[in-house]
Amino acid sequence: MSEKQVKKPTFDKQGQTMSGAQAVVASLEAEGVDTVFGYPGGQAIKIYDALYDSDQINHVLARHEQGAVHEADGYARATGRVGVAIVTSGPGATNTVTGIATAYMDSVPLVVITGQVPRGVIGTDSFQESDIVGITMPVVKHSFLLQSTDELTRTFREAFHIASTGRPGPVLIDVPSDLASEEMLFVYPDSVSIPSYKPTYKGNAKQIRAAMKAIMEAKRPVLYVGGGVISSGATDEVVELADYMQIPVVTTLMGKGAFPASNPLDLGPVGMHGAKYSNLAMTESDLIVAIGARFSDRVTGKVSEFAPAARVIHIDIDPAEIGKIRDAEIPIVGDAKGVVSALVSNLKKAEAKPQTAQWLEKLQAWQERFPFYHPHVVEGEEAGTIVPELVMTSLSEQLDPEKSIVVTEVGQHQMWASQFIDREVPRSFLSSGGLGTMGFGFPAAIGAAIGEPEKTVVCVAGDGSFQMNSQEMATASINRVPVKVLIMDNRCLGMVHQWQKLFYHERYSSTLLDACPDFVKLADAYGWRARRVEDPAEVDDAIAEMLSSVDPYLLDVVISRDQNVYPMVAPGKALDDVMGAIDVAVGAVRTDMPNAKEPKSPCSKIDAQFGGRWEIDPEDVKERLDVAQAVAQGDALSAAEVLRAQTSANTTWSAREE
Amino acid sequence: MKHVLSVLVENKPGVLSRVTGLISRRGFNIESLSVGPTEDPTMSRVTAIVKADEVAYEQITKQLHKLISVYKISDLTDEGAIERELVLFKVNAQPERRNEIIEIANVFRAKIVDVGRSSLTIEATGDESKLKGMEDLFRAYGIKEIIRTGKIAMSRNSKEQ
Ligand SMILES: Cc1ncc(C[n+]2csc(CCOP(=O)(O)OP(=O)(O)O)c2C)c(N)n1
Ligand SMILES: [Mg+2]
Repeated sequence: MSEKQVKKPTFDKQGQTMSGAQAVVASLEAEGVDTVFGYPGGQAIKIYDALYDSDQINHVLARHEQGAVHEADGYARATGRVGVAIVTSGPGATNTVTGIATAYMDSVPLVVITGQVPRGVIGTDSFQESDIVGITMPVVKHSFLLQSTDELTRTFREAFHIASTGRPGPVLIDVPSDLASEEMLFVYPDSVSIPSYKPTYKGNAKQIRAAMKAIMEAKRPVLYVGGGVISSGATDEVVELADYMQIPVVTTLMGKGAFPASNPLDLGPVGMHGAKYSNLAMTESDLIVAIGARFSDRVTGKVSEFAPAARVIHIDIDPAEIGKIRDAEIPIVGDAKGVVSALVSNLKKAEAKPQTAQWLEKLQAWQERFPFYHPHVVEGEEAGTIVPELVMTSLSEQLDPEKSIVVTEVGQHQMWASQFIDREVPRSFLSSGGLGTMGFGFPAAIGAAIGEPEKTVVCVAGDGSFQMNSQEMATASINRVPVKVLIMDNRCLGMVHQWQKLFYHERYSSTLLDACPDFVKLADAYGWRARRVEDPAEVDDAIAEMLSSVDPYLLDVVISRDQNVYPMVAPGKALDDVMGAIDVAVGAVRTDMPNAKEPKSPCSKIDAQFGGRWEIDPEDVKERLDVAQAVAQGDALSAAEVLRAQTSANTTWSAREE
Repeated sequence: MKHVLSVLVENKPGVLSRVTGLISRRGFNIESLSVGPTEDPTMSRVTAIVKADEVAYEQITKQLHKLISVYKISDLTDEGAIERELVLFKVNAQPERRNEIIEIANVFRAKIVDVGRSSLTIEATGDESKLKGMEDLFRAYGIKEIIRTGKIAMSRNSKEQ
C-alpha cells in the first residue's frame, strides 16, 4: 500500500485540554475516521461517553465484538481506509481475537481499541481483566499498551500509520481506563517517524531490469496476481503489463477483482478449486510473475511439484514472503504499483514484443475444453433441484460489476462464488482467504455496505457460516444497512461434508445441520425481508427481487446436500492433479473422479454418488479419446496426464479387489 | 546449524516476548538467550542462539525484521565474534580435595566466589569450549548445580565500518 497522505489534524481540538477518553475520540477524528464499529462495557464507558459528543464519527453498535471487528474489516476492504473497532476489556477484548486474526492473515488495515482495567490493578486478575496485548501478539502487525496520556496522541498517529502502510495489518491499542479520565493537552502530531519501521516501496532498478529480461525471454509466462495488487491499487499497471506483453493472468482468492474478468487474458481462480486450465497454466509455465501473492498452499498444491519448469519473479512489499515457499530467481521488494509500472516502462523502452501467441492458443484450447460449467453436466441432475453454479451465474449476471460488492462466508458457497461471479474492479469481492473464518462474511458485508453506501452489497453465505454471526441482522436492521444475504442452503457443513465424502468413507460425522432455523422466520424476527426458493425456475426472479430491495433482504436458496465443488485438487496433491474437472473433449463429463464406488463398466451410472451429475463413466471414454488426441497432437502434458489418470484408476481398482 | 542472533530492540515491556514468541511460533527452539539494555537506555540487546537451516534462518530474521520493535538484526555466527557466557558451578568439594579444584579454577582463570563445608562455588566466563572444558573436569568431583547466563556476543572491531 502506498504512503497515505497525512491527514490534517482537526485544529479546532488541537491544543485543547481534555480527558484521555476525549483525546482518543479526537485522535480518531484527526485521522479522518467517519465510522467506528464496537460494543461498550465498563472499561470503555469513558471512551463511549466521549464518542457521544462526536459529530464526525458514526458509531455502529454491533451485537457481538467479533461482528464489530469483521464489520470494521469489511469496511476497510471495501473502502481501502483503516477500519476501526472499539470494545471493552476482558470478554469484549477476547471476542475480537478471531476478527483480528482474520484481518492479519489477509493484510487488512485495522485499528482495534480495547478498554483495559486501570494501570494500578493490571496483573492482579481484576474483574474483566485480560492480557489482550499478550493474547493477540501473534496476530497483530503491532500493538500498544498505553502507559501514559503523554504518549496517547503519538500512539494513535503511529497505529494508523503502521496499520495502513507497508503490508497493511491490524494494530491494537489497549487503553487502561484510568488514562481515559486523566486530563491532558491534546496535540496531534502531523508527522510520524518510527526509525524501526521503514517499508521499502521502490523496487530495485537492477532487479526490475532483470525481471524485464526474464519476461522478454519467456515463452509461457503467467501473471499470478494476489491481494497485494488490491492493497497497492496496482490494477491499472497489472492490466497494462498483461496487455502489453500478452501474458495470461491467474488470480488468488484474495486477488479476485484485481484483474478484470472481462479481459481476454483472465484465467480466473487458481488452486485447490481453481479452473483446471489455470492450474495447468501454472504447471506448464516457464515464468511465474507473482505480484502481491504468497504461494499459499491453497494455490500451490504439493510444493515440490509446483510449476517445475518455471522461473519466478516475486514482487511483494513484504520481504518475508519472498522465498518463503518457493525460491524466487528475481525477488523484488517494493510496492506493486510502482514496481509494475517501472517494469512496463522498461519493457516499452526495450520495445519488447509479446511472444505468447502459441501459449495463449494452447490456453484457449484448455479453456474451451475444461469449462467450470457445462449444461450437459446438469442434465443428470435430480429433477427439480437448484444447481448452485447456476445461482451464482444468475447473481453474477444481475449485478453491475462496477457498482456491487460480493462478500462471502467460508465453505462450498465461497468457492462457487469465486468460480462463477465475475468481478471487474478491485475491492468488489471480499472473502476470508487466509484464516478461512466462517462468520466473517455477513458482518463484513455490513461494514462494506456502510463504507460504500452507493454499492449493492451481497453476502453469499452458507447456512452454517451465517449462523456464526447471524445476530448482526439486528445491526443491519437498526442502522438501515440494505445488505443482501443469499444463503446457499444445503443444510450441512458442505465443505467438510464433501471432504468426508471424498476422503473419509462417507462417514458424516457432525456435518449435518438440518433445516434449522427457518431462515425466513429468523429474518422476519429481525425486521428483514426474506424469501425461500426451492424451484429452479424461481431463482432468477428471486435474485432480482433481492437486489431491488431497499431493505436488508435474505434469500434462502435450497440446494441439494450432496453437491460437490469441482474441480478440486486434493490436499497434498500436485496442482495439475485435478479431479472432477469437466472435459468437453469426452462429451462434457467430470473426469478423474475420486474413489468411484461402483465397479467400472461401460455404462456405469455413478451419478447418484456424485450428486447425480453425469450419465456415463468418464474414464472409459476419456482414456480412449485422450490418448488418441494427445498422441495425435504430440502433447506431452496431456499424454502424461492420461497416463496418470490410468495409473490412479488402476490402483483404485486393485485396492478395491483386495 | 547454530546461529548467533543479535537483535537490537526497543527497551519496552513486552518486547522480549514479541521476539521470543515469534521465534518459537515459527517452530524454533531458542538454545540460549540473554537480554540487557545497551549504551542507549531506550534500546535493549537480545542475544539468542537458535538452531535452524539456512532457509528457515532467513525466514526467522525476515519475520523478526517485521516487528516494529526491532531496530536491527546482526548475525554474529560466522563473524568470529567475541562470545562470552558466565557460568556458576557448585562443585562437590570435601576439604581434602578443595585445593585440586581451586587449581583447576585458576588454570581457567575462574574465581572462587563461595566456600561451603563440602562444596565450592566457582564463577567462570569465557567462550563455549573453555566452559565446556571446565565442566568436564569438575564432573569428576560431582557438580551439584550449574547456572548459566546465556551467551552474549559482540562483533570484533576489525569487522566495523
Ligand atoms: C470458524 C470456523 N469453524 C470451522 C471451520 C471449518 N469449516 C470450513 S468450511 C465449513 C463448512 C461451512 O458450512 P456452510 O457455511 O454451510 O458452507 P457450505 O460449505 O455448506 O457451503 C467448516 C465447518 C471454519 N472454516 N471456520
Ligand atoms: Mg452449508
